[in-house]
Amino acid sequence: MFGQSILSLVIWVPIVAGVVVLATGSDRNAALARWLALAGAMLGLIVAIPLVTGFDTTTPAMQFVEKFTWIPALNAHYHLGVDGISMPLILLNSFVTVLVVIAGWRVIQDKVAQYMAAFLIMSGLINGVFAALDGILFYVFFEGMLIPLYLIIGVWGGPNRVYAAIKFFLYTLLGSFLMLVSMIYLYFQSGGSFDIQTWHDTTLGMTAQTLMFFAFLLAFGVKVPMWPVHTWLPDAHVEAPTGGSVVLAAITLKVGAYGFLRFILPIVPDASHELAWLVITLSLIAMVYIGLVALVQADMKKLIAYSSIAHMGFVTLGFFLFSPLGVEGGLVQMISHGFVSAALFLCIGIMYDRLHSRQIKDYGGLINKMPVFAAFFMLFAMANAGLPATSGFVGEFMVIMAATRVNFWFAFAAASTLITGAAYTLWMYKRVVFGTVTNPHVEEMNDINPRETLLLGLLAVCVLVMGLYPKPFTDVMHVSVVNLLTHVAQSKLP
Amino acid sequence: MSDFFISFAPMLPDLLQPVLPDLLRPVLPEIFVLAMISLILVIDAALGEDRRYVAYSLSLITLAVAAFLTMRDFTDVPTLALGGLVIDDPLSDALKLFLYLTVAVALVYSRVYLRERGLYKGEFFVLALFALLGMMVMVSASHFLTLYLGLELLSLSLYAMVALQRTSSVATEAAMKYFVLGALASGMLLYGMSMAYGVTGSLALADIAQNLADGTDLRIPLVFGIVFIVAGLAFKLGAVPFHMWVPDVYHGAPTAMTLFIGSAPKIAAFAFVVRILGQGLEYQVAEWRDMLVILAVLSMAVGNIAAIAQSNLKRMLAYSTISHMGFMLLGILAGSQSGYGSAMFYVLVYTLMSLGGFGMILLLSRAGFEADQLDDFRGLNRRSPWLAFVMLLLMFSMAGIPPTVGFYAKLAVLQAVVEIGYVWLAVVAVLFALIGAFYYLRIVKLMYFDAPHDTAPIAASPDARVVMAANGLAVLALGIAPQPLMAVCVHAIGASF
Repeated sequence: MFGQSILSLVIWVPIVAGVVVLATGSDRNAALARWLALAGAMLGLIVAIPLVTGFDTTTPAMQFVEKFTWIPALNAHYHLGVDGISMPLILLNSFVTVLVVIAGWRVIQDKVAQYMAAFLIMSGLINGVFAALDGILFYVFFEGMLIPLYLIIGVWGGPNRVYAAIKFFLYTLLGSFLMLVSMIYLYFQSGGSFDIQTWHDTTLGMTAQTLMFFAFLLAFGVKVPMWPVHTWLPDAHVEAPTGGSVVLAAITLKVGAYGFLRFILPIVPDASHELAWLVITLSLIAMVYIGLVALVQADMKKLIAYSSIAHMGFVTLGFFLFSPLGVEGGLVQMISHGFVSAALFLCIGIMYDRLHSRQIKDYGGLINKMPVFAAFFMLFAMANAGLPATSGFVGEFMVIMAATRVNFWFAFAAASTLITGAAYTLWMYKRVVFGTVTNPHVEEMNDINPRETLLLGLLAVCVLVMGLYPKPFTDVMHVSVVNLLTHVAQSKLP
Repeated sequence: MSDFFISFAPMLPDLLQPVLPDLLRPVLPEIFVLAMISLILVIDAALGEDRRYVAYSLSLITLAVAAFLTMRDFTDVPTLALGGLVIDDPLSDALKLFLYLTVAVALVYSRVYLRERGLYKGEFFVLALFALLGMMVMVSASHFLTLYLGLELLSLSLYAMVALQRTSSVATEAAMKYFVLGALASGMLLYGMSMAYGVTGSLALADIAQNLADGTDLRIPLVFGIVFIVAGLAFKLGAVPFHMWVPDVYHGAPTAMTLFIGSAPKIAAFAFVVRILGQGLEYQVAEWRDMLVILAVLSMAVGNIAAIAQSNLKRMLAYSTISHMGFMLLGILAGSQSGYGSAMFYVLVYTLMSLGGFGMILLLSRAGFEADQLDDFRGLNRRSPWLAFVMLLLMFSMAGIPPTVGFYAKLAVLQAVVEIGYVWLAVVAVLFALIGAFYYLRIVKLMYFDAPHDTAPIAASPDARVVMAANGLAVLALGIAPQPLMAVCVHAIGASF
């Protein structure tokens, strides 16, 4: 019955669930809000399953397409569809939403319904970003997701939350507004269409391509985030509640990277080739320099935030090598980073709930009190460092391989970050988990409860499965990526 | 006795029908409003303080019946009437309908506020309806004379409304300032009009356009006149550098009057500008476009930057109005049908948001307390989650963030300037919009992130709450499906130009 509107369901089920939670829940019966939110998130995940089972991996065309006239005055359509690039991201998002709801179960005691509703609505909007094939529709989802995220950081965040929330919002808005002007320009260049696939075939001069390249680069680069527009991320992460951090790292960063594949590469291919050096340089700076910055962090959340920036550097590097291996490596890295960073932020959240500190120096000897947790934390730390057999290895290895074929020094610099990555992750792990207990409060910490075990266990399975057998993931992407690259190889100059 | 009149009022038009020749049909709403004003004036004088609701209900009935009349005679064919003084076209009809709606909403928001401050008088309703009549004349004028008459009727009513609170020295000062600067602007406008008359020999917009279609030898006097006309219009719109009165008047006037000044007159001002520049001087686009570019850029810059420094919400919204007028000018300066359509959409959306923004101050105010400081919005989410949510929608809409309708308003005007090749102007506009986003976000921050200062219960009346809810939801609903309103604008402009 709903076979024709799976994508609409994937978008609207969480949003409607969020509105229902908002309408019914108050702090007096927070339990109701929690259960409703969990039901909504689970339902959101269930309706996304047909995307996997019904997905045809042999065609690069958009699937599950829905197209209706939306705003005739603007020639904008309600046009949805997914290919091998966006489908895994939708699934990742729907999955992470469930985790976020569970993660906030006990921690959030203040305005529970609003908290859960914000996450559910945001989840639906992000699914919309990945599924939209119309420029205006994309923009509405892309900007709309800022509103709940702004509130999440600002209402439930830490002491400096207001600064972080406003900084985050204005940074991302700057890029988006310039992107909007580019979209309007494209509308006229393409003869009055907001259709993204039409834009892929629109002829554009080099000047226009270059200017639009920078506008899009700013819009998506801020979201990724790329060096030097990354400074909002550590602030936002440190101040956001655990759930907010998980969504930020696991999902919103992917929105930026997704924009590179859906907009920058196919719409301005000539400028992309011409300016690839710029993106590659920025990516390498992010990987090397930010890796070093991560090394000296005293706050665990900040450390993981900087590590996220460094890992996203692999993604953007992979995209601009213009080879299937590189792009697929970047995509695998995106999914893997979604699992690993989500897991690491959850781990930090679990520690924070017990000790109310994120400072590395306050911990030490955790393994004596929380052995099960320490084991999980170990796995995710290793995955973050890129240990083979974890998902972290696959994407980074693919990107490094692809880089070797282009330029040895790219590969060299990229590979060197594996060492810094291992250094900052494992050093943090050592200081937090090993050694003797020095802080008396650590003495009182309990090991993880079944709810937390479930969360980490689910993510551990994902990390290992993807690390041991990534083929299903790359199979889904392959045809779409090859098609994209063929398209990008053709010049669009008039 | 009042009940008798209430039941009688809706029948008026049908009774008048046989008496009125077809000649007057296009101006029937205006005649009806004028008749009702006289009626309210007389009835209210005869009734005491405790029967004031009669004037209030009669005003709302007037608006409803006028809306019915306008709807009934809604025409797709522009018709000149009264010897070419007024025009009845889809643009005027559509704008009139929005004027009725705006004035009605403003009256509902203001009722309790006015009563608590001793301003709930018959004069207020009479002045409001006179202002409405002036605006109706402005939107349907096709002649410099009627344009000016409508403008002055509107302006004089507004000056008096601002001064209605006699005991307040701030309000009196604001009224004085408004009057002096307004009179100056009218003078400039008249001077410009006289130049145009000297060049073309006509005061009717259609004749002026026709005479100038093939250019003129008297280019210098014409441009001279256009400069004065544009300056006068900019005064009325509150565009920089003619904006000085806006913050003072908005701040000094009682909030209910600010709400009135900040909403419906902008619709009329839009019509005024489009009639003069778009219809009368349509072939002189090249002459006035650059002036509007300067006005628009300066308005967006000054409005958005100065708004950041304000701690009073009324002043902040005043500066925000200046920047919104800058954005609206972007649509007009495109000088195309799509440009005028986008400006119309912008001004209607702006009116919707402005009603909500000032209305929220009225709803949160109570006897002896004005909620016009930014700090009064602290922690609103704890005091009233629903009102805070409505205000959140309004603020994001003013900032132009989807899924609120404010986004499409900005999109439409940006589209209009990109279409004429002014991409740089669009970039400048979005950069100032970004600056503007900061102070709107600050309101959201105060409401959601901070703890309340003031914990008194909110004393808004149920009717105002219902209208406010509708106002907020309209911002969201039109943000999800903007087509109906856009179609109205496209149609009104398309069929009238």
